[in-house]
Amino acid sequence: MKAIVCVKQVPDTSGKVSVNENGTLDRASMATITNPDDLNAVEAALKLKDETGCEVVVVSMGPPPAEGMLRELLARGCDKAVLVSGREFGGSDTYATSQILAAAVKKVGVGPEDIVFCGRQAIDGDTAQVGPQIAEKLGLPQVTYVADIQKEGNTLTVKRMLEDGFMKIKVQTPCLLTCIKELNEPRYMSVGGIWDCYQKPYEVYDYEALKNDPLIDTDTIGLQGSPTNVYKSFTPPQKGAGTMMEGADKAACEKLVGILHDKQVI
Amino acid sequence: MAFDSKDTAAFKGVWVFCEQREGVIMSTSYQLLSEGRKLADDLGVELCGVVLGKGVNEQFLKSLGGYGADRVYYAEHDLLETYTTDAYTKVLCDLIEDKKPEIFLIGATNIGRDLGPRCAARLHTGLTADCTHLDVDVEKYKDFLRKSSTIDVDNTKFEENKNLKMTRPAFGGHLMATIICPRFRPQMSTVRPGVMQTQAFDEAGAAKTVVEKVAVALAASDLKTEVLSVEKTAKQMVDLIGADVIVSVGRGISKDPEAGIKLAEELASVLGGVVGASRAVVDADWIDASHQVGQTGKTVHPRLYVALGISGAIQHLAGMQDSECIVAVNKSETAPIFQAATYGICGDLFKVVPQLIEAIKALKA
Amino acid sequence: MDFTLSKEQLMAQKLFREFAQNEVKPLAATVDEEEMFPLENVKKMAGLGFFGIPVPREYGGQGADTLTYAMCVEEMSKVCATTGVIISAHTSLCIDPILHYGTEEQKRKYVPDLAAGKKIGAFGLTEPGAGTDAQGQQTVAVLEDDHWVLNGSKIFITNAGYADVFVVFAITGTVVDKRGRKSKEISAFIVERDFPGFKVGKHEKKMGIRGSSTCELIFEDCIVPKENLLGKQGRGFSIAMGTLDGGRIGIAAQALGIAEGAIDETIKYTSERVQFGRRISQQQNTQFQLADMAAKTQAAKYLVYAAACKKQAVNNGLKDRYTVEAAMAKLFAAENASDVTRRCLQLFGGYGYTRDYPIERMMRDAKITEIYEGTSEVQRMVISGNLGVK
Repeated sequence: MKAIVCVKQVPDTSGKVSVNENGTLDRASMATITNPDDLNAVEAALKLKDETGCEVVVVSMGPPPAEGMLRELLARGCDKAVLVSGREFGGSDTYATSQILAAAVKKVGVGPEDIVFCGRQAIDGDTAQVGPQIAEKLGLPQVTYVADIQKEGNTLTVKRMLEDGFMKIKVQTPCLLTCIKELNEPRYMSVGGIWDCYQKPYEVYDYEALKNDPLIDTDTIGLQGSPTNVYKSFTPPQKGAGTMMEGADKAACEKLVGILHDKQVI
Repeated sequence: MAFDSKDTAAFKGVWVFCEQREGVIMSTSYQLLSEGRKLADDLGVELCGVVLGKGVNEQFLKSLGGYGADRVYYAEHDLLETYTTDAYTKVLCDLIEDKKPEIFLIGATNIGRDLGPRCAARLHTGLTADCTHLDVDVEKYKDFLRKSSTIDVDNTKFEENKNLKMTRPAFGGHLMATIICPRFRPQMSTVRPGVMQTQAFDEAGAAKTVVEKVAVALAASDLKTEVLSVEKTAKQMVDLIGADVIVSVGRGISKDPEAGIKLAEELASVLGGVVGASRAVVDADWIDASHQVGQTGKTVHPRLYVALGISGAIQHLAGMQDSECIVAVNKSETAPIFQAATYGICGDLFKVVPQLIEAIKALKA
Repeated sequence: MDFTLSKEQLMAQKLFREFAQNEVKPLAATVDEEEMFPLENVKKMAGLGFFGIPVPREYGGQGADTLTYAMCVEEMSKVCATTGVIISAHTSLCIDPILHYGTEEQKRKYVPDLAAGKKIGAFGLTEPGAGTDAQGQQTVAVLEDDHWVLNGSKIFITNAGYADVFVVFAITGTVVDKRGRKSKEISAFIVERDFPGFKVGKHEKKMGIRGSSTCELIFEDCIVPKENLLGKQGRGFSIAMGTLDGGRIGIAAQALGIAEGAIDETIKYTSERVQFGRRISQQQNTQFQLADMAAKTQAAKYLVYAAACKKQAVNNGLKDRYTVEAAMAKLFAAENASDVTRRCLQLFGGYGYTRDYPIERMMRDAKITEIYEGTSEVQRMVISGNLGVK
């Protein structure tokens, strides 16, 4: 039995974000982090490992420096890491990405008792599409927005969040789950884990390794092949500054409330 | 004829997936139909609403016409009563492969964002997530950019075509991107709830609309998941989208989050509003995610938006800048929120808010 | 000298920083205010291996190195000096002497649980009449059949209230040197918390590191099995001094962390606080003060890291000592911590004097680093002695 976790390295959009002249993101100047929801997916897999002793394999598509992130996940307790990396894959949209990741996950091997975990969505794109699309490509049942997992043998009972409540869903392995922050509290690396992580198995799958898989349609991968393209990108204009009140004392507050009242806002 | 997503010429019409829960059509569907109507008019094609369910009231189905649908496809089956990925994907994809719409819009609800990607992958087409603006007409798109971007529209070249231009915030809302899907059909988009305006209900349209029941080929064996129960959470969900007044808190409450939220609640209560929050506050677990305004949260346009200790990251601004009146309280006078605010007070919210509450109470007395 | 951190050390530093920010910092004010030993965090840190960082894998440790251990103390102390000293006393003063002077049986028996943080360690040397002057010891141990009987007391023992294993020193006889001068023969013992006749006494109320459990140890006919003698009989003084060489690296790292934490807080505060229409950080006084403090703190860092690397080299078999390096690191880092926190508080002004901000706590915490595990004066004696200035 194993747990396969798909993870992405993303620019830390919660910090300072810089934009290039041409309106694209200046990724080089930004710190990178493991996508937050993906850490919940990793934690779900590690919990499963704590309970069953299963193997945990992390898979990520990205440039070679993403190795650092994968090593950190090994330091958290994952057993094996796969980096899917190749120039041919660059610029892929979600459809293209899910084909490539599906082929990579298939190469890792999804057995009858296995579970594929993804984060709900990545903070750089916020699409939440890659998880379900990997499931579709691999023909696996999916449950998204997972907030709780109960496992009995090969049957999972999963709590799936809705805006105003939740569903309880029963699903059999093999399956794919997309995880949200309510599911768990991701663990830290451990010092011993850090000292082991460069000794654990680490593989790179390049274009050559995956191109012959029937899941990969070489016409719909990479920047050129992706079904969706950027037509224009732009930054929203700043509104003109409004009126700043003089000071922040009682008088200023009363004056503001007076203005709001006069303008019939309150 | 076999379905080929690359044969773009074979596709015609605008479709809206009209999500129902427990037999009731979600309000997002009306927003999408209203928007879809404009797109269908620009293209000169039919607008269709698609409903999957069981025992959905004829009245509800007809009502979709009141928001612009020329036709309503209704797929009825025991296994469609409650949403499951497998059943809904199969029925929708079967229908799309048969009828070939050129545009397919889905509300970006938790269900829409489960269904959309699965369908797009099966149909071999692109999907753009969580869109906040849609256009097919280039001139209208240029008008949109004139209002909503820093692009010098008149000195920029635009490719003339009727492709669906799907605009969405990217990179945590720090950028906006307009996405197209030129080589594949249908052009699919999930649309953020609350962004598109619902048009006034049109009685005549409702009377005119055609409800067409479609054949459903579905067996229990098609479903690999089983819904054991659907439960509503007891706790009051915050209705930010419909709120008239929103008092939002940001990182500025970090000194004492509990007291900060309490102050916001008090202010909201004297103003008759609800409490919202920035992503930072939700990420820190100081408040439930249902309060979040902005990227991956909600887009709001209340009459009055009070931002307390919110610096004003673009993703937050994107979610609230269309509010009629924005009042910002922030310790730092250089905070970007003051650029979006109608009125600003530079000061410590823990001192300012009690004074505001007092002043409002005095005014009302 | 190359201070480039290895990939593992960099990753560990990231772990320590994340843990300190998320878990330790939010509790630091409460730990101080309520004199609360941060037991929950101690358990969490134990789970992540923070209690056995430089301990070899074969004894249940993490198999990392002394510098990584020092960085752990440094990063925790940036946000909470109490947390820093808990790790330092446990690792340097309890595990280290057992590892270095213990028999194979003692190592197997005690180190794995200590390294896993299942048990907490402490070190008992100081007595009411024997602080800097270790020869002033009064606690005695007498061998009776198969056990030692200890009588006496120790004071100011870090971790005492929560520790399970104590390395304790007592007088086991008298030695006469060649010139006929008598001195006390001191030996080291491993004492477990539940040994008969052992108890933990009064808890000290302190100026700083208030969450650290600092108590009295009382021995009343305390029975210690014969096999719990640590090292050879009569080697106690040299074991104590050798252990303190390592301990001083931990305290130096704590002092370094306090200074760095104070500078971080001051940069943040002065960039926000506006006076006379400008941010305080725009005043040249602020800029120059912080520049000086950062430069001195960087110098402290190099001394601490160099001492840690030297100790690791000695652990790895280098035939040398690190006594002077440790003394210099502690002397400089401790005095720097006191100086930096005092100057930072001045930049905060009135707010810095209140408990709304952490800077006054940091100033109180910094002071102890000039006192415990050898005062600054003792460090100067060690250094000057080594210079041959007598």
